[in-house]
Amino acid sequence: MSDKIATRESYGKALVELAKKHDDIIVLDADLAAATKTGIFKKAVPQRHIDCGIQEANMLGMAAGISTTGLVPFASTFAMFAAGRAFEQIRNSIGYPHLNVKIGATHAGISVGEDGASHQCNEDIALMRSIPSMTIICPSDDIEARAAVEAAYEHRGPVYMRFGRLAVPVINERPDYKFELGKGICLREGKDATIVATGLCVGRSLEAAQALAKDGLDVGVINIHTIKPLDEEIIVKAAKKTGKIITVEEHSIIGGLGGAVCEALAAHCPVPVLRLGINDCFGHSGPAEGLLHEVGLDCEGITKKVSEFLK
Amino acid sequence: MDNISLKKMANELRKNIVTAVYYAKSGHPGGSLSAADILTYLYFEEMNINPQQPQMKDRDRFVLSKGHAAPGLYSALALRGYFPVEDLKTLRHIDSYLQGHPDMKHTPGVDMSTGSLGQGISAATGMALSAKVQERDFRVYTLLGDGELQEGQVWEAAMFAGSHGLDNLTVVVDNNNLQIDGTVKDTCSPYPIDEKFAAFNFHVININAHDFDQIRAAFSEAKSTKGRPTAIIAKSIKGKGVSFMENAVGWHGKAPNEDEYKQAMADLNKIGEALA
Repeated sequence: MSDKIATRESYGKALVELAKKHDDIIVLDADLAAATKTGIFKKAVPQRHIDCGIQEANMLGMAAGISTTGLVPFASTFAMFAAGRAFEQIRNSIGYPHLNVKIGATHAGISVGEDGASHQCNEDIALMRSIPSMTIICPSDDIEARAAVEAAYEHRGPVYMRFGRLAVPVINERPDYKFELGKGICLREGKDATIVATGLCVGRSLEAAQALAKDGLDVGVINIHTIKPLDEEIIVKAAKKTGKIITVEEHSIIGGLGGAVCEALAAHCPVPVLRLGINDCFGHSGPAEGLLHEVGLDCEGITKKVSEFLK
Repeated sequence: MDNISLKKMANELRKNIVTAVYYAKSGHPGGSLSAADILTYLYFEEMNINPQQPQMKDRDRFVLSKGHAAPGLYSALALRGYFPVEDLKTLRHIDSYLQGHPDMKHTPGVDMSTGSLGQGISAATGMALSAKVQERDFRVYTLLGDGELQEGQVWEAAMFAGSHGLDNLTVVVDNNNLQIDGTVKDTCSPYPIDEKFAAFNFHVININAHDFDQIRAAFSEAKSTKGRPTAIIAKSIKGKGVSFMENAVGWHGKAPNEDEYKQAMADLNKIGEALA
């Protein structure tokens, strides 16, 4: 494990790189440029950064209109105010007409930390999954987040990108790393069970798998960076091979990655599934790592739950 | 087009609105009829458009923010040549491309999918902003209902458009003073509408929505206004042209039965004959 970097930071930097290659990028923010890190883009390409002020509904609606005129808008705010507050704008003005709008949602999940439950969005994946043809990406580290921004641009149609506030370890630094939209990545083969994780939970799931190996449990890890469309094939294959699946996500256990995996397995390969995430409750203030520990989304918590599940 | 030709065309629009809603057995005649003159002026006089090239790059854009007036928009598009007028009779049918509310993916000439109130003005503002950013000179028009002004998103968009001086944006408010549950004034008053838009840095023009001299003058003034978007507050009569629908809140979202349809067409034919 090398340096730690928050995926929101990767997002801001990736936008700058994207604008070097393409002249049709425009970035919108809602008075959070310093936090969403589109401020990095604003500094580099000020003429293509629009701060809409604190009006997320209008920002997403404007992004829809802008996309009909040939530009590719990246609209950014916290996950709570994009997927949450502006759900219906995303559904009706972007999803229904299938417009080429990219939504950069930062500060997702409880790792927002000290701001507390009002800002900790654990429902965005569930909300976005329910919109037909919405693509949802939740990258696990800096390398994947940058690749995700590029892939989102190349994809024609709406994309919801989920980024975090917390600096997380870089786990994908290897020559053969390749980001393919809709394709999961098997990071570790296992025999006893397979962990299917997304976002910052991928890194800690890998650590947990290593800890479990010391106890004699051979657990695989799959990184699902694209939650929709879901790579059902890789999940079904793992279920057939290992017989048990654990999903790990910084999101409600309802409707997110866990929900998506259960839906796929119920249809194609029913096996016992343990869903780790936010257990249908609101968070509270505190340091991110403290909160993640509390809900069992650290190496220790994941190891313990998986170990119990496999008993 | 001269005023007589515009009036005749608006009357044709109204006949097609009533016919489409009659064949659909549902839909929104009242707010379509109130907007018929504005829609006629936009599609037959004001906008730089080409029915043979609905996606023409630098065409002017129109966003029907009050999406329920789809029968009005569809009638204008059909009469302008975007698709066959006969197809208006398929409105809302299960195999039709004419959805209950505008669908840009399936209907030629529709620049934005709308229907959920308050959202169209944001899309229009985004289009106008994009034209400025790209230094393109197309203009953007959007039509709102007066009841729609109760949506907070309208004022988010207005604040942005006014704050950014989007003078290529013209917002028209179809001020028929009626919404589903009663008068706009009694339900949740948006008045004074003109002063509200003025406070958001709009150039504001009050007109009679059924007077083509005033409509022409207002759009001309909007075009020559620099540094600010324009809001045209168009005082209208809901159900205009059909005697029993005029100013009757019950005709917001209801289709006429056979007898009512005959009566409505008789009313409109009489108006047409007077113009001949």
